[in-house]
Amino acid sequence: MFIRIWALFVARNKEFLRDRSSLGWSILFPFLVIAGFSLMFTENSRGMYTVGILGKTMSNDPGIEDQLQRFQKTRFLVLVPFDDFDTAIDKLKHHGLDMILSPESGEYWISESSPSSYIVEKMLLSNPGEPGKGFAKRVIKGREVPYVEWLFPGILGMNMMFAGLFGVGFVVVRYRKNGMLKRLSATPIRAHEYLVSQVLSRVFTMLLTTAVVYGGCSFLYHFTCRGSYLLLLLIFFLGAISMVAMGLLVAARLSSEELASGLLNMIAWPMMFLSGVWFSLEGSKPWVKTLAQAFPLTHLIEGARQIMNDGAGFWDIRIHLLVLLIMSLVFLALGSLFFEWKKH
Amino acid sequence: MTIFEATQGILNVKQIVKTFGHFKAVDHVSFSIEKGACYGLLGPNGAGKTTTIEMVEGLLSQDSGDILYKQEKRGRRFYEEVGIQFQNTELPHYLTVRETLITFRNLYQRKMDLDELISLCKLEDILHQDNRKISGGQKQRLLLAMAIANDPELLFLDEPTTGLDPQARRHLWDIVFQLKSKNKSIVLTTHYMDEAQILCDTIAIMDHGMFIAEGSPHDLLEEHLSGASLILPSAVKDQANLEGFPWPWFIVRENNIEIQTQDVSSCLAELMSRHIDLTGLIVRPRNLEDLYIKLTGQALRN
Repeated sequence: MFIRIWALFVARNKEFLRDRSSLGWSILFPFLVIAGFSLMFTENSRGMYTVGILGKTMSNDPGIEDQLQRFQKTRFLVLVPFDDFDTAIDKLKHHGLDMILSPESGEYWISESSPSSYIVEKMLLSNPGEPGKGFAKRVIKGREVPYVEWLFPGILGMNMMFAGLFGVGFVVVRYRKNGMLKRLSATPIRAHEYLVSQVLSRVFTMLLTTAVVYGGCSFLYHFTCRGSYLLLLLIFFLGAISMVAMGLLVAARLSSEELASGLLNMIAWPMMFLSGVWFSLEGSKPWVKTLAQAFPLTHLIEGARQIMNDGAGFWDIRIHLLVLLIMSLVFLALGSLFFEWKKH
Repeated sequence: MTIFEATQGILNVKQIVKTFGHFKAVDHVSFSIEKGACYGLLGPNGAGKTTTIEMVEGLLSQDSGDILYKQEKRGRRFYEEVGIQFQNTELPHYLTVRETLITFRNLYQRKMDLDELISLCKLEDILHQDNRKISGGQKQRLLLAMAIANDPELLFLDEPTTGLDPQARRHLWDIVFQLKSKNKSIVLTTHYMDEAQILCDTIAIMDHGMFIAEGSPHDLLEEHLSGASLILPSAVKDQANLEGFPWPWFIVRENNIEIQTQDVSSCLAELMSRHIDLTGLIVRPRNLEDLYIKLTGQALRN
């Protein structure tokens, strides 16, 4: 069995590594995104900004209350109430909030590295109220996660998602369509052996390209991983398996590349927007946050951010690891169950 | 003990049936293949050949009937010991011919020696070429090599020479002859009657899901056909004069008229009496193609 899996693992790796266009794109794409965002520090195309309101939502100071009222009328703002200062400041440090306002004390805090914070501050200061009587700026104490470092795990996760879903899903559908799977079915190989070989091959190449992207970005943008590289590898490994297994589940029976493309896009795009790749879901409706927890990408990105940005250990991210493991096993089991060699 | 149970063929198929909805694709088909024999399965498109073969190969399950390999139900051993060449199978992209062979050999426990495999299928010159850059004939030889990578005892060849030029067909026939000399059993489907006549020890002609004739090419011709065919290349313009002609006639390839007769002399006399142009007349004995058309009532590759 292992020789058969190894034979297909090696063959698939060679196919992928020799397909220069796919390989090049899977490495180039995250570089382009990171480069684009590093250039966009002075502007932000995002339409929604999240501001935490600490404590009471009104101020006894007429000057501050006047500025607050004007500020609240600004479009594209979402105001989220917070009772606990530490929770709110932690969200700000990790780019879950763009600003914290305390109407009670007349203070505000922003993240100095965040382009969104910069814009929200400009919005606040454009509504000054009486001179010398508005909100006063305060500096965040302790380390703040640079915006690009916060963004980076999301970009890596997104790249893995596309590589996993489309890289395997499309290949399996194409092989079913052109009869390659039918040919393999006439050999002693079993469905689960074939699927394992495809998962391992894709995960191997995904980790390889992720390592290249990580190394390149680390060199260019001086990223640091505050946690264990081994733990980071583990969560990327489980994340990659879950994405590939999800792609295999979608492709278990399809023989139309067009339909596969539609279904994979239908999964990939909501997952990309709701898993916190680009922005935090703080301030979103509760059902959106609940839905996001059903996506493997959410757990991959949150776990990777905790390791890279905060130096989290195994115990801190155990839930993310467990969810990814369960998702991987469920997707693989269902994929094997529904898998068909031949097209209908 | 039934006759079927007493048969010691390498493959015994008994009364298999396959229905798709209300359409009976294969209707109680039985046959047996002896060790070292080449068995040809012929029939027009939609006759049920592919369904029959796919059931025997284990790719489709039969609704009823039995398929025994070496007198046993087919298990893992069957897949280890048979080789299958489908028509129109795509090859793995970005792999060389040699890498493809190695990959397929490694899917089996029993393997043909790699050098022997390469030599038998005449792949020496293209070993390091990308699969996407080989010719049609080379691709068919590679597909055949993939099918015999496990040194199979029973080999299924599904239209292995379709679309090949005459030289490439002869190359493939040579390989099949060599496999037969190694006592390999072969099941061949083809649309080429000359191929079936040359390669097969036994042929079965199938139509509407059933066998309508089975036997050696010689015996079938003896049983069903005698006499000769007259080919008239120039007679199409005289079609009107063939009204009420006493022997059956058809318009065949390249606009020739073909007449089938038991009595060549009388037929020629009748043609001359009707002032039919006999320029380029060919008289030939009846062959498997005539038998096929007679039995199925359809032209080849309809």
